[in-house]
Formats: sequence, structure tokens, C-alpha cells
Amino acid sequence: MIAGVSTCVALALVVVLVPLAPGWDAVRASFFDGEVFVRVFPDLLRAFTLDVAIFAWSVPMIFALGLAIALARGNTNPALFPLRIFGAVYVDLFRGIPVVLLVYLVGFGIPGLGLPRPWNSPYIWGTVALVLTYSAYVAEVLRSGIESIHASQRNAAICLGLSERDTMRYVILPQAIRRVVPANMNMLVALQKDVALLSFIGPVEILRQAGIFKSLLANFTPYVAAAVIFLCITVPATRYADYLMNRDRDARS
Amino acid sequence: MKNVLTAALLSFAATGAMAAGHCAAGKTLTDGTLTIATGNPAYYPWVLNDAPEAGEGFEAAVAYALAEEMGFAADAVTWVRTSFDEAIQPGAKNFDLNMQQYSITPERDKVVDFSAPYYTAPQAVMTTQPVVDGGAAPTLESLKGLKWGVVASTTALPVVMDRIQPDQSPLVYDDNANITAAMQAGQIDAALFDLPTALFTAAVLMENGVVLGQFDPDAAENPDQFGMLMPEGSALKTCVDEALAAMTDSGKLAEIEAQWLQEATGVPLIK
Repeated sequence: MIAGVSTCVALALVVVLVPLAPGWDAVRASFFDGEVFVRVFPDLLRAFTLDVAIFAWSVPMIFALGLAIALARGNTNPALFPLRIFGAVYVDLFRGIPVVLLVYLVGFGIPGLGLPRPWNSPYIWGTVALVLTYSAYVAEVLRSGIESIHASQRNAAICLGLSERDTMRYVILPQAIRRVVPANMNMLVALQKDVALLSFIGPVEILRQAGIFKSLLANFTPYVAAAVIFLCITVPATRYADYLMNRDRDARS
Repeated sequence: MKNVLTAALLSFAATGAMAAGHCAAGKTLTDGTLTIATGNPAYYPWVLNDAPEAGEGFEAAVAYALAEEMGFAADAVTWVRTSFDEAIQPGAKNFDLNMQQYSITPERDKVVDFSAPYYTAPQAVMTTQPVVDGGAAPTLESLKGLKWGVVASTTALPVVMDRIQPDQSPLVYDDNANITAAMQAGQIDAALFDLPTALFTAAVLMENGVVLGQFDPDAAENPDQFGMLMPEGSALKTCVDEALAAMTDSGKLAEIEAQWLQEATGVPLIK
């Protein structure tokens, strides 16, 4: 009851007070022009399918590579020590470089070495840049998950006669991955937005399409329309992550 | 009492006019100075060496000539830098005029004010020697088959889509530097610029750049005309237009154009 009233009051204050600001008419014309919104929305939606496609083909690669790096970093075999060093350097390097820089560097730099078409495509190398960055993040998330599994689990598995490999495969990883699902969902939401960075090297995805409309129409409404489309995806995704997390917690308690 | 006040106001305006021209007095951001915005960075041949204060380059020279026409001394001109977005955002602006090759379009004109055009830009196709060796020619037929790149904030994209109608959808970039990088990487074959930019980019920024051809600006339905951008409803617009008209009539504008924009007779027309 109190919560409902205070929410309504807060909302009413925003609705009443913001339009009273002296610049409101100009802001509304620039950001919330209904005519522009309707005109650009179908094109933006079409451009958004490119975002979804890039996202869809990046995610499996990110998780495969992330898992490989996490395992490389986590191995305790002295003979495989170089692998461990490699994992650490990889994570430090790609987690430390801004995504935009990596997109430029890989997207323009590697094709500039003289690759023929279609192998110099910005779609390929832009994807590589995203995968490099995000797999470094995901590797760290997975590693923290693996390390959070109590040592008694490992010991118990070994007592049961499982090999080191099977212990990881059947005992540690299933628990570890489940534990870091929320963190990884955050990664996916972030990735969904960072896909737009590929527009810097040419592909016309939703933010670029909105930018084109913005400069043709001298109006920021296309960006608002793009934000609406993004929210339609990211809000259900985060709610689903919450649901998964709650279900997992309920199941364990 | 009212008369006295009017007289006082008039005399105040008159003193202002002594300092800053007959028309622009009291209409600029800072009284007595004209604040002009350019790009960051500002590109050749519009501004030389990214230093508009030197008055070198077409737009920088036009800016100082315009300021003089409006009664501002050269040292009363202040430069600021803005992006395209800052120029069109709602709210107070930090410039009186913004000059960075803004094409005048009816849609943009709804949101901001444009001066009369100070330059009509032919659109030109820039490509590389290997593409030309591969058989690219200045004909619409040949241009259709190329992979195109354009800068997002320019009006080049509609021209590519409507007049050239390429077989593959064009790639779009933030600025000229990125177009150059993509072309060096072989990701695009050709890019559409205004002719002066195309000539400069091909000659200086590219290793093997070629200006393949230009569209006849007189043949275009709505030719690409550059105007100075001002905030919507700017009081300065009439003054700027008057000054530009005077510069056109006196031949000053043509003289500046001849001095800073390369003679482009060597570039074939696209058929």
C-alpha cells in the first residue's frame, strides 16, 4: 500500500515536472518525435537482426574458448605449466584492452595484411575481436566457478576411482557452471550491447542504422527507438537469469 | 520615459555596432566576438593543418572573410570544436556558426538553421589503382558492381543507394580515416566523398588512391550544397546570409574557392 502510493507520487512528479523544464519542447522534438519513430522503426528492426546474428554465432565460440582458457589456467600438471602461463597472459591481455581498440586493430589490421575476399570481411574479424575479449572475461568467470567447488568434491571423486579428467568433466564442471550462470548472463547482456561496436568497422547494424537516420534527419529519436528494441531483448533476458538463479537457490535449499 | 529608454537602447546598440558590424551586434554568444565551430579534427582542404586560426583552407578562409564582412576583426573570431551530434543536440550551443561541410537538407533544416550555401560540392568516387586495373570505369553500370563505403554523417549514403544502387549493401563508417583503413584492407572498393575531400584523400591519405569520376552537380536533382549551421531560430541568420550574398556578388567567395579548392577539370564525369 505505502509502496504503491509512493511509487505513484514519484511517477506523477516526473510526468508533471519534467515537461515544465524550459527546454522540454526542444528535447521532446529531438528525442521523442513520434513521426520519426514510426518512420525509422521497421528499418531499425531489420538492422537489429544483424546484431542478433552476430550475437548468436559469437556466443558458442566465446564459451568454448573461455572454457578452454579457464581449464588451461586451472591445470596443476607441472608439465603443462606453459599452458597455464599462456592462459594468464591471454586473460590479462584481452581483458585489459578496450573492446573498441581491439575491434579496430583486428578488424582493419589483420585484413590489411593482404587477405583476399571473402576472408578479409569485417564480419569475420569483428567477431574475432569480440570473441577474444569476451572469452577472456568468461574464462575468469568459469575459473572462479571451478575454484568455488569445495576440494572435498574432488577428493571424493578421486576416491570413487574417477580419473582427473572425468572428475572435472562429471563432478566439478557441472556444479561450477551452474554456480556462475548469473555472472555469465550478465556477460551475455553486455555482449548483446557490445555487438554494436562492430559498426565501427563497417557493418550496418542497429546503432549504425540509427546513426545514419540521426544525421539525415538531425534528430535523436532513432536512438531512442533503438534503445526500445534493445530493451525488448535485454529486460526479458535479465529477468530469465533472475528466474534461473532463484530456481537454482530454491532447489538447493 | 519610454523614449529615453529607446534612445538609450539605440545608442547602446550603436556602440555595439561600432565594435561588431552593422547587423550582428548583440546577436552573438559573446558580444564583439564571432564564435565559429569546426570539426575535430578539421580536414584538409577545408582547414589546413587542423589549425583554423591560421585562416588557411577553404572553410577557414571563408570564415575570416565572412567575419570581416560582418564587421568582426580577425582577432574577434574564436574557434571551438564540435561533433555533428553536438551541433544538432537540443539546448544551448557553444557556437554562433558551425562550418564543417554540412549539406543542407530539408529534414535537417527543421531542427537547425542553415545559411545560404557557400559551396556546391560535386560528389566524387574515390577508389584504388588495383580496382581500376580490375576494370572499374566511371559509368553507373560499372559502379554498381563495386563494394561501397560511406561516412555515416554525410549525405553520401542516399546518393549511393538512389543513384548507384549497388549490388551489395554498402558498409558505413564514422569518418574518412576509417574509410581509408577499410579500403587499404580491401574491405571496400570505392567510397563517395565531396570532390575536394576525394582529391585530398586519394592523393595524401591513400597509397594508391584514384578519383575515378564525379557526378555532375548541375545534373543532380538536389545538389549537395554546404551551409553554415546555426541554432534553430538564430538571430544571426539574416546577417550571415547578407554577408554571404555580398561575398558572392563581389567575387570574394569565388576567389577563395579558386585559391583553396583544387581545380578539378581532370576528373571525368560519371555517365
